[in-house]
Amino acid sequence: MTSGNAAHKTILVVGGGISGLTAALEAAEVGYEVILVEKNPYLGGRVAQHHKYFPKLCSPTCGLEINFQRIRNNPRVTFHTLTEVEKVEGSAGNYQVRLRRNPRYVNDKCTACGDCAKACEVEIANPFNFGLGKLKAIHNSHDMAFPNRFVMDAEFAKTDAAKKLVAVCPVGAIEPDMQPQMVDLTVGAVIWATGWQPYDAAKIRPYGFGSNANVTTNMRFERMSSAYGPTGGKIQRPSDGQAPASVAFIQCAGSRDHNYLPFCSRICCLASMKQATYVREQYPDAQVTLFYIDLRAMDRYEAFQKKIEADPKVEWVKSKPARIEENPANKNPIVIGEDTLTGVRYRREFDLVVLATGMEPNAALQPVPAANVPTDDYGFVVNDGGGIIAVGCAAGPLDVAGAVQSGTAAALKAIQALAQVKG
Amino acid sequence: MADKKIGCYICTGCGIGDALDIAALEVVAKKEQKIPVVKNHAMLCGAEGLALIQKDMTGEGVNALVIAACSPREQGEAFRFDTRIMDRVSLRELVVWVHEQADQKDADTFEEDRNMAAGDYLTMGCMRVKKMNAPEPFQDPGFSKDILVVGGGVSGLTAAREIAKAGYKAILVEKSDALGGHVAGMHQVSASKPPYRDPQPNPIGQLIAEVEGFKSIEVIRNGDIINTAGAPGLFDVTIKTPSGDENRRVGALVVATGFKPYDPAKLGHLGHGSSPDVITGLEFEAMAKAGKIVRKSDGQPAKRVAFALCAGQRDAAHLEYCSSACCIASMKQARYVQDAYADGSAYVIFQEIRTPGQMEDFYRGAQDAGTVFIKGDIQKVATGSGGLDLEVKDKLLRSTETLQVDLLVLATGMEPNLDTQDPNVPAPVKPGPETSHTTLNLQYRQGPSLPNLKYGFADSHFICFPYETRRTGIYVAGPARRPMGIAAAMTDASGAALKAIQAVESVARGAAVHPRAGDLSYPSFRVEACTQCKRCTEECPFGAINEDDKGNPLFNPTRCRRCGTCMGACPQKIISFANYSVDMIGSMVKEVTMPEEDDEKPRVLVFCCENDAYPALDMAARNRTPLSTYVRVIPLRCMGSMSLVWIADAMSSGWDGVLLMGCRHGDDYQCHNVRGSALAEIRLSKVSETLKTLQLESARVRMIEVNIMDANVVVDKINQFVEDLSELGPNPFKEF
Repeated sequence: MTSGNAAHKTILVVGGGISGLTAALEAAEVGYEVILVEKNPYLGGRVAQHHKYFPKLCSPTCGLEINFQRIRNNPRVTFHTLTEVEKVEGSAGNYQVRLRRNPRYVNDKCTACGDCAKACEVEIANPFNFGLGKLKAIHNSHDMAFPNRFVMDAEFAKTDAAKKLVAVCPVGAIEPDMQPQMVDLTVGAVIWATGWQPYDAAKIRPYGFGSNANVTTNMRFERMSSAYGPTGGKIQRPSDGQAPASVAFIQCAGSRDHNYLPFCSRICCLASMKQATYVREQYPDAQVTLFYIDLRAMDRYEAFQKKIEADPKVEWVKSKPARIEENPANKNPIVIGEDTLTGVRYRREFDLVVLATGMEPNAALQPVPAANVPTDDYGFVVNDGGGIIAVGCAAGPLDVAGAVQSGTAAALKAIQALAQVKG
Repeated sequence: MADKKIGCYICTGCGIGDALDIAALEVVAKKEQKIPVVKNHAMLCGAEGLALIQKDMTGEGVNALVIAACSPREQGEAFRFDTRIMDRVSLRELVVWVHEQADQKDADTFEEDRNMAAGDYLTMGCMRVKKMNAPEPFQDPGFSKDILVVGGGVSGLTAAREIAKAGYKAILVEKSDALGGHVAGMHQVSASKPPYRDPQPNPIGQLIAEVEGFKSIEVIRNGDIINTAGAPGLFDVTIKTPSGDENRRVGALVVATGFKPYDPAKLGHLGHGSSPDVITGLEFEAMAKAGKIVRKSDGQPAKRVAFALCAGQRDAAHLEYCSSACCIASMKQARYVQDAYADGSAYVIFQEIRTPGQMEDFYRGAQDAGTVFIKGDIQKVATGSGGLDLEVKDKLLRSTETLQVDLLVLATGMEPNLDTQDPNVPAPVKPGPETSHTTLNLQYRQGPSLPNLKYGFADSHFICFPYETRRTGIYVAGPARRPMGIAAAMTDASGAALKAIQAVESVARGAAVHPRAGDLSYPSFRVEACTQCKRCTEECPFGAINEDDKGNPLFNPTRCRRCGTCMGACPQKIISFANYSVDMIGSMVKEVTMPEEDDEKPRVLVFCCENDAYPALDMAARNRTPLSTYVRVIPLRCMGSMSLVWIADAMSSGWDGVLLMGCRHGDDYQCHNVRGSALAEIRLSKVSETLKTLQLESARVRMIEVNIMDANVVVDKINQFVEDLSELGPNPFKEF
């Protein structure tokens, strides 16, 4: 496949999270042709994994639904899931791009009827839930997945069990032999919206994530709180499934720290305050403790902080804990440190600890495959005025509204890059 | 267009053919609904199925479609045909998947009920398409694509430059005689590029030069907007200037009027007013820019300078919010002291340090430059022998010390430099220049100002769609919308510029903007039947409808977002879209055959929001959650379009109950049209009168708030309603 004659008028958006979706739709609604590529089997990115947004405590799916409707109704947007960018060459107005379309092992005929999953006997750890819980090796990525189309696990696709499923599909959609495809196209501008991934909490060794079952992370906690997550929305201790009576949130877990992520991820304070409401809503008697360095509730989010502060069962401790031990008797995490306001050293036991881990830019792990795209020391892409435009959390840590602003602004930069070419 | 010829296509794939009596459905379409072309196919969304439809369109003259297959939320790309008249009947999700197995009832009855459901949905789909006409886009030869930018500060300058760079004309109106706003008075700016550590030269001069260099930007200085009439594409703006009034026709507006610094006179507790050496951050910027960082009291060098953060902020007695840019601004200003004097000392007295993202490095840069950070409170400011004596309670050292400084700089916050109005308070009935003088002087029925979100900042749908406001084509950018620093304001201005360009291009195509982007339909008003009740003009969430002197609606199609709230508001049924009307939904409701009372098959109608409740039902269907077979669901554009006429129609034609499922309303509303579900609830409060006249129980109509992720809850609540209705017994109107 190569693109048509109007190559220089087409915008490629890489990444189908909230920033990329926004950039793609805003440009398309001006009237430009947009190709959106996403490496996951579904669109929506990180926000799709969130239970609620702060400060409204509403579901991210609500806004995503509108964005998906916008895609469905707009013939100017073409999107490809399971697709990555291999390389970008050229300059503003004329980029040659090679896409790698990874196999879904399920073709476009799939109607999401679900017969294959019913017949499939193999289960895998659920990637959408960060490995928590199981799902069938052929599945729909999550309950609200868009596009609503099944996908087969790549390892499973190599097995005989996968081949047996071919006959189960009433429309002939299952293809375990599907191979990756390379697609070359020419576009006028590239918007890089590859977002972030949660910082690997296991790297913060003093906090014992991975060895202490009752130390979890904020993104896992988000999935645990969702009615469609691994526990059906029940907040529980991973070690024994018990309801926690005390939950600690540890801010800047790996952030603002030269050993890990030196920058501030901006959203974690508010995310933990939001998650405190999940605990308090589900367990009216539970105690929440929030360990912080600075509380960063900018502009009107201040009101959200005030709302959480009004809850007498939420305690705030200004401290960056030194380490977390485990009580071998009950597997309770024991948080150890010094309260910087009182100077008192503490050693406090909780039923569950949530690490507020920060955002690691995906562009640090998978750099933009093009020459002369500057990044900062952390791997965030720096916008230097060229035709490759970094947006959202690919350029720096942002909240959702900030990502949408950034995506909207990026759509304009892309349009300008095309306008310059037209002369 | 030529006469309508409807084709009805029934998919038998995905288990539809196994579960349902397809021949009976064809009879419904062909015999009962008199649809001329009725066909079925085993996989309508496949190449062969699509070709079947396409062939009828090109060969048989079919130009309107009823596609009875899966949910309209599925296979949108496949079922994209060259017709604007189409309905999708969700046999798969709303019939087969939610009625997968019989429970409690014997299999025969269950199958009969399931087939009845399918028949009813097909009946309603056919009726919908019969009542649907192709919308024709609104056009006006006077459309302008020029964009007016209000405010010549860094946000407005950026917006104008970005508009020009994209190839459009910008008209920049600045109230004063100089461009640059507050930033023009600043010495330096913070860092927005790596290594993010040190202050950078102020870019405002270059930005002004760029703007002045564009032929496609007209700059009007000393301009005051005294009138903004019209609508997107057709805004007529009058700008008062010293040399007379200027009139401009523009397509959209970017409002970048920036901020007002909080009045430091209110900060007596921090020493303002008691000593000239207590100044604001902006005053300190001016000093640094002039190269004279000195005590105002005696002109002596100010080598020891303290910065009081959150001065009158995060404080219920002053500004309740955080202005988000002051921590970074004060760190930058501390650097001016160190740059000016080798032996200079700067102290930043803070509550929390807020340097999000890579600005953490700017904080490090300030620390490395020697700035002293004290977490604490200034308890007293006194004039001492050698300057100001600050009594500072250090929260980390847990002690109170006196700090002697030459200057105390107050980091005062930002207030929006824009008048806004409470959207919930009724606006003046008659707009006009005689109403109070505001930033834009909008000629809108709903008032001359932009609606307020909180603290006087302009309204926005602020998580998912921050640029969406209740005034189509008017986009607020920079600190008039939300407190923010320079880099954020420049990004925000670029985004607002894009939205303005998108608005003028959408208007030119006759298409709606968000949330129904691309929709070509818009309401028409049968004004001769209007009773001047003004409900439509009051309730339109977007202020699309003005009034004439007699109180008749004056509709502005390009302000309209196509939610249908006006249609739902109108008791006279005079407001209709080509493809959505009171008559259409009412006809669907009335067309469904009600079983005899003896059959013990109640019928329950559910009106639901197509954006949230309907997707929740789809998700329930994906999970095969069993729904009562007595239920029939009709999605609405928005609950705001819900007409009480439909409830009367349902009751008088024998439906046993009506359930409305809308979005959460109130402060944290989730309605994409702001007030749709809230208005539906208000209307519903009047429904008991309607029911009383019919001698029916008010419990037959219920409204619930639904979240899109409430899939299980939605089904439970519907089933519960069906059960509750059974206690009331059948609707006595069934007999008629």
